[in-house]
Amino acid sequence: MILLETKGLCKNFGGILAVREFSLKVKRGTVTALIGPNGAGKTTVFNLITGHLPITRGEIFFRGERIDGLPPHRIVRSGIARTFQLVRIFPRLTVLENVMVALRTPRGESLWESLVKTRRLREEALENHKKTLEYLVQVGLLENKSQYAQNLGFGQQKLVEIARAMATEPELLLLDEPTAGLSQDMTTSIQNLIHGLKKQGKTILFIEHDMRVVMGISDWIYVLNYGEKIAEGPPEEIKKNQRVIQAYLGSES
Amino acid sequence: MANFILHVIIMMGIYAILSLSLNFMLGYAGIISICHSAFFGIGAYAGALISLKLGLPFVIEMFLACSIAGLCGLIIAAPTLRLDEDYMSLATYAFGVIVYTVLSNWHSLTRGPLGLPGIPRIEIFSLAFDQLWSYACLVLFFVALTIACLASWIRSPLGKLLMAIREDQVAVSAIGKNVAFFKILATVISSFFAGIAGVLLAHYLTFIDPSTFVIQESFIILGMVVFGGMGTIAGPVAGAITMVFIPEALRFIGLPSFYAAHLRQVMFSLLIIMILLKRPQGLLGKKLE
Repeated sequence: MILLETKGLCKNFGGILAVREFSLKVKRGTVTALIGPNGAGKTTVFNLITGHLPITRGEIFFRGERIDGLPPHRIVRSGIARTFQLVRIFPRLTVLENVMVALRTPRGESLWESLVKTRRLREEALENHKKTLEYLVQVGLLENKSQYAQNLGFGQQKLVEIARAMATEPELLLLDEPTAGLSQDMTTSIQNLIHGLKKQGKTILFIEHDMRVVMGISDWIYVLNYGEKIAEGPPEEIKKNQRVIQAYLGSES
Repeated sequence: MANFILHVIIMMGIYAILSLSLNFMLGYAGIISICHSAFFGIGAYAGALISLKLGLPFVIEMFLACSIAGLCGLIIAAPTLRLDEDYMSLATYAFGVIVYTVLSNWHSLTRGPLGLPGIPRIEIFSLAFDQLWSYACLVLFFVALTIACLASWIRSPLGKLLMAIREDQVAVSAIGKNVAFFKILATVISSFFAGIAGVLLAHYLTFIDPSTFVIQESFIILGMVVFGGMGTIAGPVAGAITMVFIPEALRFIGLPSFYAAHLRQVMFSLLIIMILLKRPQGLLGKKLE
């Protein structure tokens, strides 16, 4: 079942065609990689999907419905979550708060209920607290829950961001270079995390430069160069694809 | 002497409400607004006009005047939201100047620079608040009410969400929350409570004119929040107390009021410079470890 689909996606930045006619299909329950040299337009594609950038032309479908043109918060609510290349956590909030803030809190956000502290509000708060701790356990950050996010190491901040994305209970997770700048140990942790998410039935689309990770966990790979799709296929084929090797795989990552 | 102390308490209370309400949108939601004097003035004029022209019961008057102030918060927030921080501050500054200009020139409504005299004393259920001590109690009641409401919201998930918006708006939109809506909400709440301070001032002085609500007042209120400590609840109160106390104390030691007025500005500048150099998080602000 096709969860996410783009048709002829184009993005023009005043003359610079950052993304040209990009079409992809992501099947539910799979791990799909989006690779390509720096500046190929991968993060731009993510920004177009999540609504953070308006599209120039093309269509984006999620679960069969058009989502292009919708504001980011609506797209996320429909089931897509994302992380950012340069981590965007909330520095002066604790790790626990960073993740908890992403949960659905209809009562907590109500002016009246938070003023009067209704029983339902307190129940919701307890419930959310419990859920947040579970997410922290999943990414291995339970002990850091009361630390301010700004005091965490870069790798841990990435985990906070992933936990926060998971907390929105998405069907599709867009991970932008989840292992960039990480040690080998942390990279393996993230790899295992992604594998765990797939086992839970989540669908993952991720941008990555580390080829071992890409080849190790992807079911399908899309290759982008200068905004254009130059290849797509399973890892074994992409590894051997001459165009891809020429454009990208030549250099050590 | 006792009267003087009560007067100072009343003024501290009014400015505490102003600082607390500005801190809600500035220190917690991170919205840099320099037009709080406008909401202060709108609340004061709305309250004064309602009581002069319509003679409604005080509780209703207060609610209406604050709602008008809140509505003006909505009017400034909605269009300026998408602007970059710096430009947004400029826009709020412009709004503050516009409000002052309207108050000074809409003669048929506000009597312009002549001001509105004869604002009646407050009466709730035929209890008249016409003594200094009873008025001080009334002001302190509203300070407590403001703290209770704002603290509840700050400590709730709503408060955390506003703080997240302060930290990174793009990230907040990426977790499915409508940033624009919550920024507007923070502004409306902030301006609503600033209206309370305005109504209390109007009934205290029984005379208001536009000069009390010049745009420079916004900087004084901003200064109180920065000095006392943004992003805390006690901070703005401490800031208000300090910045009301010092000029009044100067007057008390026998300085002629001509000097006291200018000295207030000098004191204000000195306090801000000192705090930013020595303790930038503010008197009661927290430095994150």
